[in-house]
Amino acid sequence: MYCILSKKTLTPVTTEYVIEAPEIARKARAGQFVIVRVHERGERIPLTIADRDADAGTITVVAQEIGATSRRMKELEPGDSLASLTGPLGRPTEIERYGTVVLVGGGLGIAAIHPICQALRDAGNHVIAIIGARSGDLLFWEDRMRQVTDDLIVVTDDGSYGRKALVTVPLKELIEERQIDRVWGIGPAIMMKFVSLTTQPYGVSTIVSLNSIMVDGTGMCGACRVSVGGRTYFACVDGPEFDAHQVDWDLLFSRQRFYADEERRALDLYEENCKAIPEQEDAR
Amino acid sequence: MATGKEQANARHAMPAQDPQVRACNFDEVALGYDHEMAVEEALRCIQCRRPLCVTGCPVQVRIPEFIKALREGDMWQAVEFLKDNNSLPAICGRVCPQESQCEALCILGRRGEPVAIGRLERYVADWEREQGVRVPEVAPSNGIRVAVIGSGPAGLTAAGDLAKKGYQVDILEALHEPGGVLVYGIPEFRLPKAVVAAEVDYLRKLGVSILFNRVVGKLYSLTELREQYQAVFLGTGAGLPIMMSIPGENLNGVYSANELLTRVNLMKAFDFPNWDTPVRVGERVAVVGAGNVAMDSARSALRLGAKEVHIVYRRSREEVPARAEEVEHAEEEGVVFDFLTNPIAVLGNEQGGVTGIRCIRMTLGEPDDSGRRRPVPAEGSEFEMGVDTVVMALGTRPNPLVFIEADGLERARGGTVVADLETGRTTLERVWAGGDIVTGAATVISAMGAGRVAASDIDAFFQAGSPGPWKATKEDVPA
Ligand SMILES: Cc1cc2nc3c(=O)[nH]c(=O)nc-3n(C[C@H](O)[C@H](O)[C@H](O)COP(=O)(O)OP(=O)(O)OC[C@H]3O[C@@H](n4cnc5c(N)ncnc54)[C@H](O)[C@@H]3O)c2cc1C
Ligand code: FES
Repeated sequence: MYCILSKKTLTPVTTEYVIEAPEIARKARAGQFVIVRVHERGERIPLTIADRDADAGTITVVAQEIGATSRRMKELEPGDSLASLTGPLGRPTEIERYGTVVLVGGGLGIAAIHPICQALRDAGNHVIAIIGARSGDLLFWEDRMRQVTDDLIVVTDDGSYGRKALVTVPLKELIEERQIDRVWGIGPAIMMKFVSLTTQPYGVSTIVSLNSIMVDGTGMCGACRVSVGGRTYFACVDGPEFDAHQVDWDLLFSRQRFYADEERRALDLYEENCKAIPEQEDAR
Repeated sequence: MATGKEQANARHAMPAQDPQVRACNFDEVALGYDHEMAVEEALRCIQCRRPLCVTGCPVQVRIPEFIKALREGDMWQAVEFLKDNNSLPAICGRVCPQESQCEALCILGRRGEPVAIGRLERYVADWEREQGVRVPEVAPSNGIRVAVIGSGPAGLTAAGDLAKKGYQVDILEALHEPGGVLVYGIPEFRLPKAVVAAEVDYLRKLGVSILFNRVVGKLYSLTELREQYQAVFLGTGAGLPIMMSIPGENLNGVYSANELLTRVNLMKAFDFPNWDTPVRVGERVAVVGAGNVAMDSARSALRLGAKEVHIVYRRSREEVPARAEEVEHAEEEGVVFDFLTNPIAVLGNEQGGVTGIRCIRMTLGEPDDSGRRRPVPAEGSEFEMGVDTVVMALGTRPNPLVFIEADGLERARGGTVVADLETGRTTLERVWAGGDIVTGAATVISAMGAGRVAASDIDAFFQAGSPGPWKATKEDVPA
């Protein structure tokens, strides 16, 4: 169960996994996520369902190697299994025929907007996506994104690929140019905040997917608390998508950082252990 | 048999780890009687002809009978009596609020201390476990498939009883471990996970299959499950934490008790970084509430290295709902109790961390709906308490996920499921429910009992041949 069928390095820091999960594949909708435990002593981490294939019984997730858990995940090979996989969790994206929509995906967020673009296009929207990263080597899925959008705009912060701009620049241009009925922004919290600030003056409805710290993912612990419109919500069950213009961003930033020291410590330990192995081999 | 009056007065003390030592480890605090102590304590029972203790037990455990068998040295007989009405005695012996149930009514309690029924229960059950699990005879399969949702005490019990009767049972559990609150909530130092694992092992031997990581309402709906299974038992508990809705509640360092306890118990954060999940508890901790959940949180915080842990409770000592033994143990370990105190805000710093709580003193007024005197804020009594961690242990409600696409399942105010307490039947045909999902947060023994009741009604329902139209009350089961 939860067998990894294939693994593909997308960028130096991101990896795509196709995982056997027939029940989840059948039920999952755009915007939902799974909770993964990589090994028996592992923590529970949320990963967005970036694609699914109900016939093949698989889901695709993309993970960024930022901490010990995602680094460990990268060590798994096709044929290996995850310790557990739970989903589909969270509320699906509200898919309607809005008209013209813009989806902004930054870094890992590219994987997250992929199924939403697809669903929105299937629902008859004109779908424009803006994907961006710091540099060209951190971009991925350009081809796949082309298949699920009507227009695709590619930007990098340093101009090493596509247009040299932050994702908010073409977003603003689009809004000024034409009627945009709804915007999604998914990526690092800071990017989502700026997407929100960009659209707010124009009054364009904007949805973000809040990536708060989670444990169970079922509404049981409240670790994922966010404040939206002055009310507290549990992102895992009430979200993860919320009205961007109502989000208390500072709270999100600070809660995301709560375990930064521990994460650093776990990563250091992991790296030390990794180093220890070749050294032992040398000794032999 | 000794009949001296001196024996009637004091019960045999429970051997326990030294408070100073145990406040730094997660091993079980109460060590259990040895055989000699157990027999001595059993001899205190005067074997009332009309035993009141039994009437105080939510499931009417055959108390005098098991105690008699114990002191006569017939341990298997004691086990049999004990398990006649209680399928989880090793757990209940450890966590039941005996002082307000069976032991509250023990006749010896009028002049001295009641018989230590819970400790004897634990002794007999532990003895059985040490003998290795004996699997009872299982009736031949009747081909009827039952889905049990949730693997807490209600679900485990329903599953076990049904499997014994030949039903084909699948337990669907949202988390990656079985046991419900028994594994994610109640800490190791009070209920060793090996005790829970033995119960689960027993179920597996009975042929029950446990499917983890299945969140009903998300992966399948109740409506779908009713198509795949002839009967469904809902035992999803009351797992949704209630917060206070006061300013500052989302600051870093404010936990729901569920989060703190889940990190520690289910995810083993006390052993970080050997286990990946971290937990951060500061030096000064305030736990709001005074139930078992609050005691478990406070004592866990101490074990995670907190220097000072306060229980902040808006009522007085008399109203404390936690088991007496937990309060005692918490005090011995150095937990400070601030009664008649209620937080009105959590205070923080620029980095979003907790620096304290603002509290108000309370006085007790007229009795409220619960029959307890209502706490009333004393005007002008506000003060600040410097803490860096706050744990909200104010109670829980049923998690509504399971109700997604469950048309026809009636719910009460407060989010519990409407079910007949005598049968477990809900308003939705072939769906039974029991435990905290019906009663709201209650006890292990009552959840266990509800699992039993439902299992027996499910059996009655299918035994009746072609079950008639569904009615949610008992008299509708054809005789
Ligand atoms: C910290 C703590 C300490 C306690 N101490 C005591 C004590 O000392 N004595 C005592 O008698 N009682 C105590 N209690 C209360 C007692 O544990 C509960 O009353 C009892 O566990 C309820 O049993 P249950 O089977 O109804 O539900 P639970 O034990 O809550 O089990 C429900 C199970 O269902 C699963 N579930 C929920 N939703 C879904 C879904 N949608 N799909 C699939 N699975 C789902 C959950 O993950 C869980 O495993 C304590 C509770 C807590 C939290
Ligand atoms: S992750 Fe626990 S409630 Fe959301």
